[in-house]
Amino acid sequence: MLAFATKRFGLALLVAVTVSALAFLLLRASGDVAIALAGEGARAEDIESIRRIYGLDRPLLVQYFDWLWKMVHGDFGESLYFKTEVWPLVMEKLPTTMLLAVFSLTFALAVSIPLGILAAVYPNSWIDRLCLALAVVGQAMPNFFFALILIMVLAVSLHWLPVSGSESWAHFVMPTITLGYYIAPVFMRLVRAGMIEVLASDYVRTARAKGLSQTSIILKHALRNALVPIVALSAVQLGLLLGGSVVIETIFALDGAGFLAYQSITHKDLPVTQALLTLLSILYVGLILIADIANAWLDPRIRVG
Amino acid sequence: MAPLLSVSGLTVDLATPRGTLHAVRDISFDINAGETLCLVGESGCGKSMTALALMGLLPNSATRRARHLAFEGGDLANVTPRKLASLRGNRMAMIFQEPMTALNPAYTIGDQLIEVHRRHKGSTYAAARERAIELLEKVGITPAGERLGQFPHQLSGGLRQRVMIAMALMCGPTLLIADEPTTALDVTIQAQTLRLLIDIQRDLGVAILLITHDLGVVARVAQRVAVMYAGEIVESATAASLFRKPRHPYTRGLMASIPIPGRTPPGERLGSIPGIVPSLIGEVRGCAFRDRCAFAFAPCAETVPWRADNEHGWRCTLPEVPAEAAA
Amino acid sequence: MTESYAPPLLEVVGPTSGALLRRRIFTHKGLLIGSTLLTIVLLLALLAPLIAPHDPYAQDLTQRMIPPLWSEKGTWAHVLGTDNLGRDYLSRVIYGARISLLIGFAVMVISGLIGAALGLAAGYFGGRTDMVVTFFITIRLAMPVILVALAVVAMVGGSLWVVVLVLGLLKWDRFAVVMRAATQQVRSLDYVTAAAATGASTPRIIVGEVLPNVLPQLIVVASVEAASAILLEAALSFLGLGVQPPLPSWGLMIAEAKAYMFFSFWLIAIPGTALALLVLAINMVGDGIRDVSAPSGRG
Repeated sequence: MLAFATKRFGLALLVAVTVSALAFLLLRASGDVAIALAGEGARAEDIESIRRIYGLDRPLLVQYFDWLWKMVHGDFGESLYFKTEVWPLVMEKLPTTMLLAVFSLTFALAVSIPLGILAAVYPNSWIDRLCLALAVVGQAMPNFFFALILIMVLAVSLHWLPVSGSESWAHFVMPTITLGYYIAPVFMRLVRAGMIEVLASDYVRTARAKGLSQTSIILKHALRNALVPIVALSAVQLGLLLGGSVVIETIFALDGAGFLAYQSITHKDLPVTQALLTLLSILYVGLILIADIANAWLDPRIRVG
Repeated sequence: MAPLLSVSGLTVDLATPRGTLHAVRDISFDINAGETLCLVGESGCGKSMTALALMGLLPNSATRRARHLAFEGGDLANVTPRKLASLRGNRMAMIFQEPMTALNPAYTIGDQLIEVHRRHKGSTYAAARERAIELLEKVGITPAGERLGQFPHQLSGGLRQRVMIAMALMCGPTLLIADEPTTALDVTIQAQTLRLLIDIQRDLGVAILLITHDLGVVARVAQRVAVMYAGEIVESATAASLFRKPRHPYTRGLMASIPIPGRTPPGERLGSIPGIVPSLIGEVRGCAFRDRCAFAFAPCAETVPWRADNEHGWRCTLPEVPAEAAA
Repeated sequence: MTESYAPPLLEVVGPTSGALLRRRIFTHKGLLIGSTLLTIVLLLALLAPLIAPHDPYAQDLTQRMIPPLWSEKGTWAHVLGTDNLGRDYLSRVIYGARISLLIGFAVMVISGLIGAALGLAAGYFGGRTDMVVTFFITIRLAMPVILVALAVVAMVGGSLWVVVLVLGLLKWDRFAVVMRAATQQVRSLDYVTAAAATGASTPRIIVGEVLPNVLPQLIVVASVEAASAILLEAALSFLGLGVQPPLPSWGLMIAEAKAYMFFSFWLIAIPGTALALLVLAINMVGDGIRDVSAPSGRG
């Protein structure tokens, strides 16, 4: 088990470093940074001086290692748009996004697991079809469209919730529902498929032959085995959430890292964009790592020799 | 004395896309307390379905009917699913063919043994655990205490099957149904497992319904035998009587097709039964074996009578089938 | 011995596998509904110049914000109303279908080719090639697509082709995974090893065996990626970093309508519903193909 974890960690580290390099390269490769920074209609001398100031005339590799070195020390530079240091800026906004991600994941699981179980226990019944319909609509609907609908219904027509901002818990409700509904369908299908497969397994037949209660069979014997892939999927979906929050946070003016990403990108704030890309990727890699290890731990065959 | 299990006119129908499959067709048999009845037949003859029907473990697409179904003196045919569940694992238990997949990989052996005892007897964890150790030792697994904390993947196939047997015996059932318990095991382990079943019957007085396709197994453990073909019982007798003088052409064919050390002359051709098992979808009339029987004639297409000679019964239109069955 | 002239018992003759497949296709409601819907959208897009009642770019400030037909102020001249610049909404929706379909199709093809090639290489060559490709896939999975796409578009400038290229170069991972798994599976088949032992041409065998087997899975992945690409483009355009105005991208239309959403929600609802229906259709077709090509044990 330890060897497994160590190996995975090493791989994760390698991936993280590579991603940071890619993020770096990508931004510099997709256009002349100096021109982008200087803005439209800038004169040649201005562009040149910007190049010198930001060290953009040095070889790419040097720039990268310089940046990497600084990053490892927590120095991400200064934001061009917000005029403050990048690291504190990002750290200020990140908790909001993480909170939103956790709420959304919880909401998604709270809805999809029970529905998935019901759909599996009563296959091809009206419950099953209803769950399928919900999943199908959830996958087809653009999440920003759903968000706008929620706003119209819950905030404008019913006045139950505030439209935008991030001051109170109430402000998190609609974003959570939107994002939760966005990632729930995949979970529901996985739970349903997993449960159906497990319910048909030999060991569930044994459990039935032992005369155990239906509840015990479903929740103790079946679910425990069917949920294993859910753990791994949660990590993947959390990663999706981190990305998807850009759109949702922007609509609801929720002041998190996603909204920050949008602002920094649209204002060509390179240091912030780069920092966010790198950080979010590393976070994501870390999540996958945790999921891999959790998965292995959940399977007694790997955990106990 | 009344039999422990009394089955009369059991029928199981399966709904399939191609029509209704008559898997078990109006069979009747009894099992007395403490005796071993073997249900023999080839794949698809309905013997597993019979076992599942008794336990109430049939799939949703199946319907079960019986004229009379009694267990331990109580009616088994019209009980609620709840009552049936309280009997399963408690008064009547079942073990299956494939030990490698029959245990839940996520829980320890101990956990799975203990839960069935607590479920039916309402015992404390400690009491159930003691019982589990007692049974593990009974089936020859030592050190029992250590094994309790192990996971299924840490045990071999033979050991897992023993655990299954122990698990079946946890609540002291009077009937143990074993569906091809040794088929998936290595030959040497097979013998050990059968030996175990014989010992258990002797020591605990459990009646056993053993389902198998292997006449060798029957010869070893059975007191009484019922031969099934295409959903019907075609012959039923004590083991001794069956082997001494098989009556039904199918049984004869079966016996002729296995070599018996000491009996079959060397160099002699083994018999085989030509043809294949007929489909049981849609209406089935008359003797299901007639397509493959060397002695079939017109009346075989109508209802076939059940004949009996003392305790030995069989279903055939012919009262006496010639000694030499052509291969 | 007496002859057996008992009537033969029931004999079951099965239908051919081709007939079975056809039956499965035509009884699968999802597949039928999805393909019909998809065909309708496809026709709308292809015949747009003939069907659209107005020029989608023609502005008429005297005809601003007319609601659709079913509201009291609606008119037959503009069945789905007009937007804030007086452009006919029905025409814009119809032309918008072109954009979405183009995105979906182009991204699917580009990412499909990249992914399939990578996956095939990884599965066929194994060893170091496999390690490298798997590493690439992991790297790619670690990058949030929408952020990268946003960043690139911001640097390069937004346009239809930029979006297609960026998405196409990012969304190949699932193709690669599926192709790799299928290739590995075929490669380990006994008769392939046997063929190799006799000096037969393994590449041809593998390609010849892999493609037919993996085709259904690839189609399913293709449908997922196409749908996802359509939604991504809509999101990018919604944020202003995708297709640029005055193109009638459905996502862009929603963005432009956001300011008026409290009084004229139809401006948002119509393109939003169009998006949902198109993605729904694609998903149904993909699911349907997956169900229909499942091994025949499914009855």
